[in-house]
This record gives sequence, C-alpha cells and structure tokens, in this order.
Amino acid sequence: MENFTVYVPRLIQKKEKFAPGHRACIGCGEVLALKLAFKALGNNVIVVNATGCMEIVASQLPFTSWHLPWIHTLFENTAAVASGIEAAYKAMKRKGRDLPDVKVVAIAGDGGTSDIGLQALSGALERGHNFLYICLDNEAYMNTGIQRSSATPFGAVTTTSPAGKKSIGQFTWKKNMPEIVAAHKIPYVATASPSYPFDLIDKVAKGVATSGPAYVHIYSVCPTGWRCATDIAVKLGRLVVETGIFPLYEVENGKYKMNMELPQLRPVKDYLKLQGRFRHLSDDTINVIQGRVEKEYYELVEKTKDGSKRAKRKSSKDTAKISA
Amino acid sequence: MAKSEHELTWKDLEIGCIVTEPGNARQYQTGTWRSQRPTYDFKKCIKCGICQLFCPEGCIGQNKEGLFEADLYYCKGDGICAAECPTRVITMVEEEEK
Amino acid sequence: MTTRVGVEVSIAVADAAKMANPDVIAAYPITPQTHIVEHLADLVANGELDAEYIPVESEHSAMSACLGASASGARTFTATASQGLSLMSEVLYVAAGMRLPVVMAVANRALSAPLSIWCDHSDMMSVRDTGWIQIIVENGQQALDNTICAFRIAEDKRVLLPVMVHMDGFNLTHVIEPVIFPEQSEVDRFLPPIQYPLPLNPDKPVAMGGFAPPAIFTEAKWAQEMNLRNSKKVILECWSEFSKQFGRTYSPVEKYHSEGAKVLLLTLGSFGETASVAIDRMRESGKDVGQIRLRLWRPFPFEELRQAVKDADILIILDRDLSPGGPGGVVASEVKAALYHQSKKPKVVSFVGGLGGRDVTEAGFEDIINKGIAIASRGSKHEYEIYGVRE
Repeated sequence: MENFTVYVPRLIQKKEKFAPGHRACIGCGEVLALKLAFKALGNNVIVVNATGCMEIVASQLPFTSWHLPWIHTLFENTAAVASGIEAAYKAMKRKGRDLPDVKVVAIAGDGGTSDIGLQALSGALERGHNFLYICLDNEAYMNTGIQRSSATPFGAVTTTSPAGKKSIGQFTWKKNMPEIVAAHKIPYVATASPSYPFDLIDKVAKGVATSGPAYVHIYSVCPTGWRCATDIAVKLGRLVVETGIFPLYEVENGKYKMNMELPQLRPVKDYLKLQGRFRHLSDDTINVIQGRVEKEYYELVEKTKDGSKRAKRKSSKDTAKISA
Repeated sequence: MAKSEHELTWKDLEIGCIVTEPGNARQYQTGTWRSQRPTYDFKKCIKCGICQLFCPEGCIGQNKEGLFEADLYYCKGDGICAAECPTRVITMVEEEEK
Repeated sequence: MTTRVGVEVSIAVADAAKMANPDVIAAYPITPQTHIVEHLADLVANGELDAEYIPVESEHSAMSACLGASASGARTFTATASQGLSLMSEVLYVAAGMRLPVVMAVANRALSAPLSIWCDHSDMMSVRDTGWIQIIVENGQQALDNTICAFRIAEDKRVLLPVMVHMDGFNLTHVIEPVIFPEQSEVDRFLPPIQYPLPLNPDKPVAMGGFAPPAIFTEAKWAQEMNLRNSKKVILECWSEFSKQFGRTYSPVEKYHSEGAKVLLLTLGSFGETASVAIDRMRESGKDVGQIRLRLWRPFPFEELRQAVKDADILIILDRDLSPGGPGGVVASEVKAALYHQSKKPKVVSFVGGLGGRDVTEAGFEDIINKGIAIASRGSKHEYEIYGVRE
C-alpha cells in the first residue's frame, strides 16, 4: 500500500484560522469551503465578511471563531469595506506608518455577491483594488431560512420559489457570477469545489498572490437548505463538477482554462436525485436542465480552446491596419 | 471572557463590542448537538488525513499514535469523515441517552 | 501669518479637510456637495494632499469604504447631501455603533419627493438618531473651523464616534465668504495624529461587528449612549482649545442679544445670520428680542438650551424641516420636550419654513417674530405654523 502519511498532514497547514466551536449546521459544506480556503493563506490577512451564514456562525458576541483580524458591517457592502481597508493600508504605509503587508480577503455568500452585493463588487473590481473576493455559494439566502437568490439553480425549491401547481420552483437559470466578474477583465477569476481541496487551495493562493482584484467562486453544499443527507457534502461537490453543472475553470488575464478534462459528462440526474430541493422535478424538466447544462458546458470549453486562436487572429488584424 | 453573556455589564463591553480574544469561540461545546458519533476501526487507518481535511468542524486531530480521531467536544456527527474515509475506518453510530 | 481670503465655502471645507491630512477620502458626487469632492480630487491629483481618493459607485459604498478605512486606523473623510445621506443611512448607524471616527461634511439639501436640489434640513433630521455627533455651521469660517475640530473630536480616545458637520447646501456651500485660513503648523499642533486603539491589524487580531443576542444588545446600546453623552465634555474642551489657539469661540447654543430678552428666536444654519439682521432692526425700534442659534445638535445641549431661554417669555423656533403628520418642526418638538419639566419656561411657537430652498428674508424674520408673539398670546389650534405657503 502506498505511503499515505505524506498526504494531508504534510501538505496542508495544521493551524486553524477558524476555530471549532462555531455554530454552522451539521454537515455544512460552506464552512468546509471556508476552512479549506483559509488553509491557503498566511496570517497577514484582514477578513471582511458579509452578513450571512459564515458571519453569523462565527460571531455571536462575546465570541469569535476567527484567529485573524475580521470585520463585519452589513450585507451588501463587503467589497466597499474591503476597498476602504485596502486604500487605508496603502495610504498609511505610504505615509510612513509602521504596518505589516496585508492582503484583504472579502467573503460573502451568493446573495451578498450576485444580488445585493453586486454593485459594490462591480465598483471595487472596476477600481482595481488589490484584494481577493471569495463567494461562498450555497445557492440561496440560507441564513435567513432558505429563500431564493439569483444563484439558486433552475427548478430548485426554496421558500420564496416553492414548487406547486403553478410553479416548478426557481424559474430562472443560475446567474453566471464568474462570467460577470470575468467581464470586468480582472487578472484572476476561478471556480472551485471543496471536494477538490488541493485545487481550491491552489486557486485561493493564486488569488491572494494576484496583484489587483481576484475572485474565487466556491461551491458550498447546504444540507439544511438543499434537504440532503448531512454526510454527502463532499460527494455532491464531486458530482456537481462531473455532471458539468459547476465546471472548474480559471480565467487568468482573460485566458480561459479548464482545470478538469471531462471526456463525458455524468447525467445531471445523478446529482439532482440526492437533494430534496429537486425531488419534485419531472423527467421533462430534468431533460431541460440536462440540455442547458451541456450547452453551457461546451460553450465554456470552446472559450478555453479558441481563446488563444482568437488572440492570434486579433493581433494579425491590428498589424494589417497599422501597416496599411 | 470569564463572565457569561448574561452577566456582562455595559462597562465590560469593549468599544464597539470589539472582540479582542481571537478564537474564543473554542469554549462553546458543539458536541452536544450530535445524534450520531464516529467510531473507529483503527487497524485500517492509513493516516492519510482525508477525514481531517474534510471535517467542517476542524475537530479531527492526530492522537498519540498518529491516528486521526474526532474531538467529541466539538464533533457534530455529520458523518462526512465516515463517508470519505478511503479504507472505511469510521462507522457512525447513534448517540444514545445516557 | 494667517491668511484671510474670499473663497467659496465648499473649497474652504475641502481645504480644511486637507489640512487635517486625511488618509482616505471616499467620494461620490451629489449636488450641492460636488465642489467639496472635486476640490479634494484636485488636491490629491496635484500632490498637495497625500491620501487615497476612492471614487466609489454610490454613497452607501462611500460610507462603507470609510468604515473599512477607519477600522484600519486611518483618518477618514467624506461628504454628501440629501439623497446620498439617506442612501447611506444604514451605514451611518453602523459607523456609530462600531465606534469608528469618520468625519463627514453634509451639504444640507431637501429630500425627495418632489426632487429638490436646494437647501433645507430634512436630510439632517432624517439621520438624527444615527448616533453621530452633529455640529451645525452658519458661515464659511465656522465651516472651516469645525471641519478641523471634527477630526479632533471624533478621534479623541474618550469619544471615538463619527462626526457630521452640517452646512446649508448652496446657501452656504456655494457662496463666497471671507475666511481666515490657519497656518498648517498650527493645525498640526491642534490635531494630533490618529491613534485608533483597536485597529484591524494582523499583529493583534480583533473581530469587529459581531452580532448581539438579546442578552447583550441593551448593554451595547447603553455603552454607545453613555459615550455620546459624555462626548459633550470633549467637544467643549476642543472648542475651548480651539479658542485659545485660533481666537474663535464656539459653544453648543450661541447667543445673540439673548440675555434678558423676553422674546427669543431660535434658528439653525445659515438663516441665523439673516435673522440677526432682523433682530438688530427690531431692537433698534425698541422691541425686546434676541436670538439663539443651535451649534451642537447631537448630543443635544439640554443645559445650555435651558439656561439660554430661562428668562424669556416667548421662544419662536424656525424649523427648516417638516416631519409630516406630527409636531411639524423636529427641532421645535425636541426643544419643547427639553423644556417640558422646567418649572419656568417660555411659550414655544413653532414655525416651519424655508423648505426646498425657499428663502426667508430679514423682513420675513420680522414677520415671523411678530406672528409668533401674536400666537403666543392668543394661542393657536395648530401644532405649528407653516410660513410662506401660497394658499
């Protein structure tokens, strides 16, 4: 048998930046994502946290789970607060204050990112602040009791998109947040799943090392909201990637790169059937989902392929203009 | 903080309710939440640490023999470790009323 | 050598902020504050001010960026008005609750609807309960002086609360006034460098903004309230030091011929100077009138107000704001409440006027005072009088 002792204990930092004794639900995939992300970071980090599950479970006064400097203010302003901290450190250091080199890391859920927090995020990305933004996506407003967000997948049941005689649940397709962020042309965008922990850790490390804005979108299983068993967070995180529903990819300086070659996609049914929030779906709806997932997946694969071809074509056109 | 939240006076609170003791949430016992607990067949343990990697509580550590074991003070009994262990060391059993 | 120049008040306020050497300025434009943030942008662009200038995408983000900067231990400044102040109102409560010493200039402007870019105090009243220290100025000199004082008050370790300096939009921000600019070295002497006690810093990690269960919330709010109340002591101290160093004196309730006058007029903001002319005229014709002007709005100066009106028979208040369906003028209702338990108190007559930039002239103030005297003697079936409405 291979010597596995070289595996996790040697490769992952032992020290927890986020203490046990936090109040996340049993089997929470989001806190798992958070902890793994912070395994990529050192101590010279300031954490800005939106209102949401991760903030609430970690900060019931007079306690905190955090071993890093941490600030929570409101729901929709994570990126704006992060901008302020980044600017403050920049100014204070330039003016001679004795301060360590810090990286600002902003954490928010899907609601705090693609809905109410979108404006602040867009502004901060446009201004080019040097920070890492991590979106922990559990696909609904979970902390307030499982209400839909724009990140809720098509057909999913939430309390504000229930299934019934006149509704199949969430009636819109999940907002493609990584693409919206990539459209801001920031240096680094990535998607990650905690079930591929080393990939996740690498991406967060890359994000932190990026000079300028970086964004990592992390898939987070919520057994409470998704009505699934408490022990399948890691399994679902693999299935969501293998079915092509949540592809793992990076956009580095505009160049798309798939992190996993999937010669064939697993049927989405394998993923959907494990979750109570999809239990009501008819085979027809599942086929619609299957079709859309495949379409979007292969469109993404195209971007990764001819990205370099497009770049070559464009530059030869420009050269032609200049020489004419 | 030595005082419980019900005993803190307004003067005890730090400015803006800032918490100055990092990680003091460690005092909170989440182990009382669970309805099932991990049990171990350590003969099979290859010390890969995958259970530790995937534990959302961060409560799995290595004991004196280097074997990975959950700290029951915090363990909420989700069963992820049992589901992911490659050599099936862990079995979840129902917590019983004592 | 100090210099006395004719300058647009917005520019003077921006220059005052510059003299305080802020580290971070978050800026979002709204009429009539734009000249303040524009001038600050100029100062940063040509290297006269070393600060990070964040051109945020909304006022909510402006105040949020200020929270982050202030929590990191930086000296922070922003400016807004009206709709912007409303938009950031949830963040204002957070700044005060989290005890972050942000300084903000507010160019008072009416709140929509209907849309108005002109001066009134509805925006000031809408943020009354946010927990900020609030100072009201009437002319360019006061605007400059109090912007500098605001930093010293906010950052004092005994205070650590955000401070708003209110100044009438257009009527003050866009007029050219004679202003004495202090020497930079004097400002440096008056204003020590900021030393926030528990900033976000990896060398000493803190967690800011945890949530309070019911068992703690009352204590948290009481701590904040006691702190705001006790800040008055520091404000008075600051103004006293300012007076010693620069020769100009400020107090929570400023008096103009009010000692012993039987009829008093209370004003806020730039109307005060216009009203003073009316007071002068009326006194020349033998009327026993005087004026008091509110300089400190929060923490409310209960003692100073009670002392200032104790010998008057009639107190006429002009509110430049309207709380619909209620007592009308917010200031008048606060003053009435402040005087309620006094054994000897003047009759209070409440006027609401000057809304949305409507002017009240010196003659208008004479009219208000005469009407107020008449109402005080015969009584009125209205909670307040609306001044200048065409019916």
